[in-house]
Amino acid sequence: MRYITPRKRAEGRGAAHYGTEHHWSMTVSSVGLAFLVPVWLYVFGRALGQSREAVVATFGSPFPAILTALLLVVGMRHFAMGATTMIEDYARGSARKMLIIFVTCLAWVIAATGLFALARMAL
Amino acid sequence: MADVKQAARPLSPHLQIYRWQVPMLTSILTRITGHALIAGVVLGVWWLLAAATSDSYFAVANAVATSWFGDLVFSGSLWAVWYHYLAGLRHLYYDAGRGLDIPTAEKLGWACIIGSVVLTVITILLVQ
Repeated sequence: MRYITPRKRAEGRGAAHYGTEHHWSMTVSSVGLAFLVPVWLYVFGRALGQSREAVVATFGSPFPAILTALLLVVGMRHFAMGATTMIEDYARGSARKMLIIFVTCLAWVIAATGLFALARMAL
Repeated sequence: MADVKQAARPLSPHLQIYRWQVPMLTSILTRITGHALIAGVVLGVWWLLAAATSDSYFAVANAVATSWFGDLVFSGSLWAVWYHYLAGLRHLYYDAGRGLDIPTAEKLGWACIIGSVVLTVITILLVQ
């Protein structure tokens, strides 16, 4: 018998053992992406298929560069956290840990690569 | 919660037992589209990296990005991102405690499916 209140037992728990912080982060990033994605789709769609000079000029200018940087960072965090949820649903034990580490690294590598490309085009 | 979870509880049947319905289809599609989008992101970021690097590298990446394969990945990703977008908005609406009755949930599901196709076509027409 543990002398512990039901409130104390539930605190900081939930399926992933860290309560609602993850869900709230997904909510915040999803609202951010709701504003970023439509504009970015237009910018990217317009640039796709153009010459290298035109692509560099587009993504080297402030608005598309900042927009793309935000999309990469917020989007890749959103992806890594969503993928973590999926892995937590379907994988157990060491496989779960390795997969979560893998998608987290993948998301950061993609974001860093994109930011490097943007920096090189903008500077 | 370990000390209260002793009783053998009935398990709910898994997905393949149920008849497919709009709310469950649109729910699982949210997860599938969200994860599949990584393909479009990888191709797009690679294309940006090539554009930032050199003419010869860009020629290769651009050839892939504008080939039938690139068209397939980007068109699919475009539909996936619009679907995920609408389903995400629906998620926010559900989180506010609204639209959870079955007739409304089914209508919202159809709105995600039809809306994503419409937005995909509009976007392709806009950026051409």
